[in-house]
Amino acid sequence: MPALLRRAGWRLFGSLPALFGVVVFTFLLMRVLPGDPAIFFASGPNAGEAEIQAIREQMGLDRPIPEQLVRYLGDIGRGRLGRSMGTGQPVVTDLVNRLPASLELTLTALLLALSCALPLGIVAALAPNSAVDHGVRLLCTLGVCVPTFVSGLLLIYAFYYLLGLAPDPTGRIDIFASQPPRVTGFLLIDSALAGDWEAWRAAATQLVLPATTMALFVLAPLARMTRAAMLAVLTSDFIRTGDALGLSRRRVVLVYALRNALLPVITIMGIVFSTMLGANVLVEKVFSWPGVASYALDALLASDYAPVQGFVLLMAAIFVLVNLVVDLLYGLADPRVSME
Amino acid sequence: MNATLRHAAWVLRGNPVTLLAGLGTFVLLLLALIGPALLAYDPVASNVPMALQPPSAAHWFGTDQLGRDVFSRVIAATRLDLAIAASAVALSFAFGAMIGAFCGYIGGRLDRWVGRFVDVLMAFPLFVLAMALVAALGNRVENIIYATAIINLPFYIRFARAEVNVRRNLGWVEAARCSGHGPVGVVMRFLLPNILPAMAVQVSLNLGWAILNAAGLSFLGLGVRPPTPEWGIMVAEGARFITSGKWWLVVCPGAALMFAVLCFNLLGDGLRDILDPRLRT
Amino acid sequence: MSGLLSVADLHVSFTTRHGTVPALRGVSLSLAAGETLGLVGESGSGKSVTALAVMRLLDRAAQVTGGRITFRGEDITQAGRGIMQPLRGAAMSMIFQNPRAALNPIRPVGLQIADVLRAHRALSAAGARDQALDLLRAVRIREPERRLGAYPHELSGGMCQRVMIAMAISCEPALLIADEPTTGLDVTTQKAVMDLLGEIIAGRGMALLLITHDLGLAAQQCDRIAVMERGEVVEEAPPAALFGAPRHPYTRRLVAASPTPRSEVHTLIGLTPPLAVLAPPPGPPLLEVEGLGKRFGPGTPAVDDVSFRIAPGESLGLVGESGSGKSTIARLVCRLLDPSAGQIRFSGEAIDAFPAARFHGHPRRRDIQLVFQDPGDSLNPRFSACQSIADPLRKLLGLSDPAELRRRATFLAERCGLEGSLLDRFPHQLSGGQRARVGIARAIACEPKLLVLDEPTAALDVSVQAVILNLLDRLRRDTGLGFLFVSHDLNVVRMMCERTVVLQAGRVVETGPSARLFSAPTAPYTAALLAAIPHFNPPAALTPAARA
Repeated sequence: MPALLRRAGWRLFGSLPALFGVVVFTFLLMRVLPGDPAIFFASGPNAGEAEIQAIREQMGLDRPIPEQLVRYLGDIGRGRLGRSMGTGQPVVTDLVNRLPASLELTLTALLLALSCALPLGIVAALAPNSAVDHGVRLLCTLGVCVPTFVSGLLLIYAFYYLLGLAPDPTGRIDIFASQPPRVTGFLLIDSALAGDWEAWRAAATQLVLPATTMALFVLAPLARMTRAAMLAVLTSDFIRTGDALGLSRRRVVLVYALRNALLPVITIMGIVFSTMLGANVLVEKVFSWPGVASYALDALLASDYAPVQGFVLLMAAIFVLVNLVVDLLYGLADPRVSME
Repeated sequence: MNATLRHAAWVLRGNPVTLLAGLGTFVLLLLALIGPALLAYDPVASNVPMALQPPSAAHWFGTDQLGRDVFSRVIAATRLDLAIAASAVALSFAFGAMIGAFCGYIGGRLDRWVGRFVDVLMAFPLFVLAMALVAALGNRVENIIYATAIINLPFYIRFARAEVNVRRNLGWVEAARCSGHGPVGVVMRFLLPNILPAMAVQVSLNLGWAILNAAGLSFLGLGVRPPTPEWGIMVAEGARFITSGKWWLVVCPGAALMFAVLCFNLLGDGLRDILDPRLRT
Repeated sequence: MSGLLSVADLHVSFTTRHGTVPALRGVSLSLAAGETLGLVGESGSGKSVTALAVMRLLDRAAQVTGGRITFRGEDITQAGRGIMQPLRGAAMSMIFQNPRAALNPIRPVGLQIADVLRAHRALSAAGARDQALDLLRAVRIREPERRLGAYPHELSGGMCQRVMIAMAISCEPALLIADEPTTGLDVTTQKAVMDLLGEIIAGRGMALLLITHDLGLAAQQCDRIAVMERGEVVEEAPPAALFGAPRHPYTRRLVAASPTPRSEVHTLIGLTPPLAVLAPPPGPPLLEVEGLGKRFGPGTPAVDDVSFRIAPGESLGLVGESGSGKSTIARLVCRLLDPSAGQIRFSGEAIDAFPAARFHGHPRRRDIQLVFQDPGDSLNPRFSACQSIADPLRKLLGLSDPAELRRRATFLAERCGLEGSLLDRFPHQLSGGQRARVGIARAIACEPKLLVLDEPTAALDVSVQAVILNLLDRLRRDTGLGFLFVSHDLNVVRMMCERTVVLQAGRVVETGPSARLFSAPTAPYTAALLAAIPHFNPPAALTPAARA
């Protein structure tokens, strides 16, 4: 365990340059954005010339670029990301309010995708060129071709319009249902904590379609990767050793093959999560999901850049954290890396 | 060369899907080139009395909320969608392969700095980065291309770098050095030609992804603006009517999108089989 | 003789895209309990296929199309997993080449041994652990308690093979099949592992089917040896008879081509000695290396204070085990790497200060050329043989006329024994020996003065090696080239080089004339290396002494 902690610290330290790069990159992005940054940070589009001038001086936009960068870093350190013109709130407040919605959606979808993709990939690899294998491969091939916004709309058409099984595909919870008191911001958890199963059910039914949409999007690459990894491991020398020394098929497949095949699957989890954060924007728009991505998108379309900047920073920070977790998981699973 | 063709023929015989994908790609390219000339309806002319008609003999894919023929719009969009994806991939491939190959071969300080830059790019979820770039560069079609190219760049750099790295100490590279080739000669004349086939596979697979990406951006309202026919924006416009059952507005452009992506992906898989039968799964 | 295993007229074929290819064409073998049978042959002869067929471990593409395999009186020719699984590990076991890959990389070795024990015996986890510990002791692994929890990557190749042996013998099988068990291991490790294996086999009364390409190894370990060629057993006899009076022409060629302490380059291909020993011409040395050092990162240097000289036309051997720094020295001398210390002088001119990254433009570039180990890796896959040979001519001599390049490439190829008709082929269309010839033709294209050969025949079968060694020897005699000959094979170096340098862990252990160094080594390490080479006694008729 101390080795693991040391590794975690070391990796976190190692991701600092990337995080710093991200901040600098976002800073540069802000400077090339069309228009005057001071206007974005002003109280609203109707801010007077004097107010903008005051903000410009306060923000130090008349200072040299390196000094501006230092100030900018200081602002981020104090959690000052500016104000949203659309909501009139500080961007940080908005992001904190809306982040749980996005995370709840993404994590549910990830769980859903993993619980389908892993068995499918394994079953396909165990019987290459069988009917099951061909089915899984067809699913994988088609799966990567369907854009999330199309599959989402098709799901709405089928389950809401045709079958009437799903609720109105807008938002996280039926507006007539009672909102549980906010503890974590995750509706499923909050309503369970409050013992309000009516609300839990309302939130869950609302979550099913968007989560399925997003899960479908990453199901194919995950299943494909699992299948390929499993196939590669099954032909490796140590599997032949296990067979040659009379280990049972179950032991060879589950203990020897599967554990090794999961290693490459773990390594692509970071990339999968990144694609999901991207797909989040599309899914949130299709389902009017009140998450951070739809917030940023609305701001972007309204030329309100402070929320966009905050959102990009937040996404990058989450992604760095996810990669750290993936890295630690890998370190736990593969004794060869924990050596370093 | 003859042997390569024979091998390709063998792979295609065992894998007619690749042949079909090649055919599909050919049809798409043809539509992109001459499609607009074949259309019965003007893809941007509205005809309000005929709005929201379901598919019929006159309007194969139905009509949209302004009475425009969806089939014509889907065909007319092919050129723009393919052009965006192809230019973006071409840009990132050209720069990425060169940068990656030189970094992989020369290593040292150059490699470290490029590596850091790539790390920073990769620290953003790519689609989010593309959104931010379009926002920063301006909401225009060419910026969709640049944004897609930039988010693809790290991928090509890493791929070329890794492919070069496994080869840089092979005998034939050292032999090239012994034969008097400098770094530029080794990379351009020896390494790049050898990694090109593997990269061609990536390009084909990547084209599908670039199409999805560009369509996703315009679905969000970035880049392409109405009334320009484009698959993503058509889906976005149709989305408003899905809850009232007007499925063709979403399904038809969506299917075109899927067909294009499917063709490029299958073609990429087929190319990989032709180039490296060991990877065949 | 109580037959343990009998293979009768076994036919196996592989289904490939070019149709069905026979791999075994009527192989018959028999093995009694406690007996040791060697199965020797060159690559592609079907040795491993035979072993895998016996274990019923052939992959899907292979089919047994005829014949019978009987184990302890039971026909297992087409036995399924239900019959084979209890047998494997308990009655017949197998160990493989490349032991590190043969072990599960993410499972402690103690558990892997215990897995085998518990697959065949009703044992508790603790009981299996205790037995695994005993087994590690039996294969003489130091600190066995600590090694139980070790992962394969924490062990050396030799130790991994010991673990593999422990797993294979854990349930006291009656038959052990060893498929090239020491190939890829250093010669001293090889000896230790083979000694251990022999002891265990004898002590436990197991039968051993030893598959190897090394005739010496088979001769030392086996009661009988079967020689395989292209899917058939061409001859089977006890070692003394087989090597003393080989009957089959293939066996005769194979025995002649295998280097022994007494063979000479030309006897490998059955020629009478044509040439006298070369006397190096007087004059300044061609290459002088002094105090050469190379360090990759912290830790012990890869090369440390190495000095030697090569006279014009002389051949100097560089021998050592893996990690001895011999390949690094080859690259330093070729100026592909920059030394960390020391001087390299070529014909009196210091060339070490000129950076390796820019040496391609140095006027001496054409005088020092390199021949590579793996002929598969040494040719650009996208160049035809002709383009590969012409490349240095184009670059270093500035030739550009296609007809002239073609003419010269053809001349060079023929000089290296490569037919002109093969010049338009790409590397994957050439055999290993042909690729080696292209590599040599490319290296001598610009008439260098020094040829550095990095294990030029290590990846080749012995019969091909014999021919290539003769080609190299003749080239040297014809052109007065100097050789720096790097090899792990002491017999080869003795034949090819007038003087030899022995390396250990980057340092020179001993230098001297090859004849003296191999007959009366002064350094204990050299003596140990020599003692570790497995020998067979070559037929008297083929030794130079007998001819003289």
